[in-house]
Amino acid sequence: MKLRGYYGRFGGVFIPEILAATFDELEEAYLKARNDPSFWREYETVMSTFSCRPTPLTFAENLTRHFCGAKIYIKREDLNHTGAHKANNVMGQGLLVKRMKKTRVIAETGAGQHGVATATMAAKFGFDSTIYMGEVDVLRQRPNVFWMERLGATVIPVKDGSRTLKDAMNEAFRDWVRNMDNTHYVLGTVCGPHPFPEMVAWFQSIIGIEARKQILSLEGRLPARVYACVGGGSNAMGIFSGFMDDPVELVGVEAGGKGLETGLHASRLKSEDSSIGVAQGYKTYFLQNEDGQMKETHSVAAGLDYVGVSPILSHLKETGRVRFEAATDREVVDAMAFTIRKEGLIPALESAHAFVQAFKEAPGLSPGDIIIINQSGRGDKDIFTVADAFDDPKWKAFIRDKAEGYHA
Amino acid sequence: MLESYIRKRLTEKPILLMTHIVLGYPSLEDSFNIIRAMVEAGVDLMELQIPFSEPIADGPVILSANQKSLSAGTRVAQCLDFTREITRTFDIPFLFMTYYNILFKYGVEKFVSRMAETGLKGAIVPDLPPEEGKDYQSAMVQKGLSPIYIFSPTTTASRMQYINGFAKGFVYCVARKGVTGEATTFSESLGDYLLRCRENTHLPLAVGFGVKDKSDIDFLTGNADIAVIGSETIRLVEEKGVSAVSGFIRGLR
Repeated sequence: MKLRGYYGRFGGVFIPEILAATFDELEEAYLKARNDPSFWREYETVMSTFSCRPTPLTFAENLTRHFCGAKIYIKREDLNHTGAHKANNVMGQGLLVKRMKKTRVIAETGAGQHGVATATMAAKFGFDSTIYMGEVDVLRQRPNVFWMERLGATVIPVKDGSRTLKDAMNEAFRDWVRNMDNTHYVLGTVCGPHPFPEMVAWFQSIIGIEARKQILSLEGRLPARVYACVGGGSNAMGIFSGFMDDPVELVGVEAGGKGLETGLHASRLKSEDSSIGVAQGYKTYFLQNEDGQMKETHSVAAGLDYVGVSPILSHLKETGRVRFEAATDREVVDAMAFTIRKEGLIPALESAHAFVQAFKEAPGLSPGDIIIINQSGRGDKDIFTVADAFDDPKWKAFIRDKAEGYHA
Repeated sequence: MLESYIRKRLTEKPILLMTHIVLGYPSLEDSFNIIRAMVEAGVDLMELQIPFSEPIADGPVILSANQKSLSAGTRVAQCLDFTREITRTFDIPFLFMTYYNILFKYGVEKFVSRMAETGLKGAIVPDLPPEEGKDYQSAMVQKGLSPIYIFSPTTTASRMQYINGFAKGFVYCVARKGVTGEATTFSESLGDYLLRCRENTHLPLAVGFGVKDKSDIDFLTGNADIAVIGSETIRLVEEKGVSAVSGFIRGLR
């Protein structure tokens, strides 16, 4: 490889020797695409015709009035095809797969969003696709499994380890070391070995490029702060990258789960519970024990429920460029309910983490300040999870009736 | 040191046997008994795997052994103490096999010192390519331990030479693509690959991944110096118990 992908002391390429040649090939294809302006033009064309780019920047008038502080804008990644920013990454990697002349893609998925996005891309480009998904997630995300299978993907439930996202990633790597000749692993976030963090951040940078242009055209000035939720960190890196060199405060919000003090969370950068380690091919902050064994994580939002975090974000925490906060499950459900009622927008549970922190800080800012919240995905697709989070009695009755209907 | 032991043994038999176990699976007591059975049956060297929660290079058999050992509560410090006992009791070279995070979290230099005190001869860390392992490499060399590196069928000749620049003891040649414990075809193309390995290192060659019976070992005799049996003995212990180990190993050569 030309580079090892280090961001300060984070990143790297910690892979078995059998994959070395595959990573050489991938890095070469990526660098070639990156240096070829026609690649980015093709990418923008696909995103504007197959998905919904540029996504709007919505002025949240009611929220702004309610909090009596900063002017609140919302970047609408929920309006992408398949309902989240995940589409940006998979379509970008799909174009790269075409250039590498591979015919099969594999992916890991937690909540199922990245799996659905990858299966969609595979259907469009005519690739075979296999999606690895923790057994626990398969059981709680049936609608996404349903759609992946309709799109032609083979969904493989992973029964090892904690049976969630990290185990699905390990299993995808195991598939890749067998089938790299015709297969590309569409890693879903800005994690893993180089060049994935850099490459996925590049595809997601389309969010920040648009948002910066949009706010300057609407307001003629930059925002004071930008908020994004952080699981692996791809939507955050996407929007932050547009403002990296500006005097704009960047705030990443992690999953506080049942509270940082309970240990039941997925906060690697805000909590004191994580430490630096090497797993899944890269070095970053992990939630691990003293021996270096990974711990179980918890979040109401499956997309944030992950032991590691982008090496780029670990570095930006150390340099102080990005501030990290955490939102609890309870706060997230409340912020989501409030946004739906107040603004008519339905953020995903993941995205609602960013809203929690923005709502805490907006009243303390002046009306002359602007803030942007990245609504990374839409919440209506997660109706089962959301209905559970809201503990809605009418929904439960409906499900019971529906189940009885199947018995009849 | 490790290399000269291997060379000396090779004057006595045409191919050496290296076996692999996961420490603490099914229990440390069983690990001890399995090691004893293997040593008594004539195994020439052994890999002791410290279990890790994310063993990406391992297939289902070893993966599940890692998880069960961890669920049973196996700790890194226990593995070190246990290994001290093993090297005092049995007179063959033992190596650690584990993933880099175990060393990194312990402190690489400290871990390597402990390995030396423990009487180990070397280590295999499959997710640590030489490019990322400068601290490890210098600590191992300083303590007189052998860092074992890996060749694979996708490794180019020039990369083999680069890796050879770091390797000590022997080179571990992965027989095929994929993870541990799947079937391997012992064919002419494997022979060609091993020839390529031979051209790019002066060190003895160990071959692992999918080696499971006498016919595999017969094929490797003459093409390689060490045959590595990993998943197959774990499978055997699961199916037939510790007492089956001795007969199995004796039947391999």
